[in-house]
Amino acid sequence: MRLGDNALILSQRLGEWCGHGPVLEEDIALTNVALDLLGQARLWLGYAGELTGRDEDQIAFLRDAGEFRNVLLVEQPNGDFAHTMARQFFFDLWHRLLLEKLSASKDERIGGIAAKALKEVAYHRRRSTDWILRLGDGTEESHARMQQAADDLWMYTGELFEMDALDKEMQQAGIGCDLAALREPWLNEVSRVFREGTLEVPKQSWMQRGGKRGIHSENLGHILAEMQFLQRAYPGAKW
Amino acid sequence: MTPDEIFQDRIDRGIKIEPKDYMPEGYRKTLIRQISQHAHSEIVGQLPEGNWITRAPSLRRKAILLAKVQDEAGHGLYLYSAAETLGVSRDQMIADLHSGKAKYSSIFNYPTLTWADIGAIGWLVDGAAIINQIALCRCSYGPYARAMVRICKEESFHQRQGYEILLTLCRGTKEQKAMAQDALNRWWWPSLMMFGPHDSESPHAEQSTKWKIKIVSNDGLRQKFVDQTVPQGEYLGLTFPDPKLKWNAVRGHYDFGEIDWQEFKNVIQGNGPCNRDRLRARIEAHEQGAWVREAAMAYAKKHENKAAA
Repeated sequence: MRLGDNALILSQRLGEWCGHGPVLEEDIALTNVALDLLGQARLWLGYAGELTGRDEDQIAFLRDAGEFRNVLLVEQPNGDFAHTMARQFFFDLWHRLLLEKLSASKDERIGGIAAKALKEVAYHRRRSTDWILRLGDGTEESHARMQQAADDLWMYTGELFEMDALDKEMQQAGIGCDLAALREPWLNEVSRVFREGTLEVPKQSWMQRGGKRGIHSENLGHILAEMQFLQRAYPGAKW
Repeated sequence: MTPDEIFQDRIDRGIKIEPKDYMPEGYRKTLIRQISQHAHSEIVGQLPEGNWITRAPSLRRKAILLAKVQDEAGHGLYLYSAAETLGVSRDQMIADLHSGKAKYSSIFNYPTLTWADIGAIGWLVDGAAIINQIALCRCSYGPYARAMVRICKEESFHQRQGYEILLTLCRGTKEQKAMAQDALNRWWWPSLMMFGPHDSESPHAEQSTKWKIKIVSNDGLRQKFVDQTVPQGEYLGLTFPDPKLKWNAVRGHYDFGEIDWQEFKNVIQGNGPCNRDRLRARIEAHEQGAWVREAAMAYAKKHENKAAA
């Protein structure tokens, strides 16, 4: 459910770019990533639905914000292209590390979905890494915007590595993995890419948290108001 | 024979014209105008559909719509490439769009007010576009004809998904069916306008036909569209907003009422409900993306220098 919500909400955000990208090729690429993530969300939520007796649409469209389990990072606004890419970069690096571990999950379904998603996410990561380098080491303006975006979003990265009771239980059962252990390789890679892109890794250490428990930012309510509009306005209708 | 006569002879014999071949300046200009207008239509066309991506009513519908809009951006990309083979840059074409010199299909100046409009765009707008484009697969300019073949394949999928949206709505609740009827009421006439003015009023028709840039007349294509679409609408159980629409057994075609040419002219001249919004959205995206494009160029240049050093 957490994996599905992360993919769903980030996909929703990327879908907002449609027709408004900085160059046609990027319009296509942003839509492509949105589509991959939406596909992954459907697999995760479909599986969660089988376990809880609901279908993917009931899960996506009929829960309120407090029941969503995505991390705060993915619900942050698109901002400028630098913010969108910084958000994507932080997420993609983590997502890849996580899916690598989950593809060895004892739960075959989880392992299968993770292995499939991993191929797509490897491409997402290459693409967002390229943009960090281009914008970081591009012009003075792009450098300043990229640094600002990284600074603004840094406080939402801590939650990615947080282990709560459910995570620990899943890890012990061999289904999930140790998220805290992903922090070091993640930070190493962020540092390497930032160094190459002449950017500074933000120093601030206080981290926002709560998404995984259903305590979200104000953003999520607006995302859902838009996303769920038709299902809420016409209860029970088939589309 | 003069070069122009040789050129016309090749066209008459059905030989495709390729980028490096001789072509009269008028042929080149007409093609640039037509292909770039088509490319711009694909790009601007993302906006009315993009308007519903974040509000699509199910995850499946959202995925289909995302894929469709992505296809359209891809069509724009290879149409710009086809136009570039005629010696005009994409930057120049985009500048002409933004200045208002180049046009795009007027249909996208109408708003998408409900989810049913996404169905209507697929069924009617893409349906009309396919009829136009199938004819263009046989046009005389090689790169354009080949682009059309590729585009037609994807467009037929777009049309089917649009029809399926409406079919689902028509079999749904009373409110859903009313939504579908309302969409047909608003999109029917603008779809008929997509084929352009009557042939007698069409300024470039004769020359374009001679050059095989235009294969079938505007009125011929429009009739084909009506004949194909009306039975599909009847199957949905919807009513077309044209009291004069009637099967004519003698002609073997549907008769239909006169288009409101006043509205047609006004929308082309910039007075449609969304002309200003659509163009402004494109200009803003371009302007707000300027620093990104500059950064990418600066980065590429730096690394080219490094590689050379």
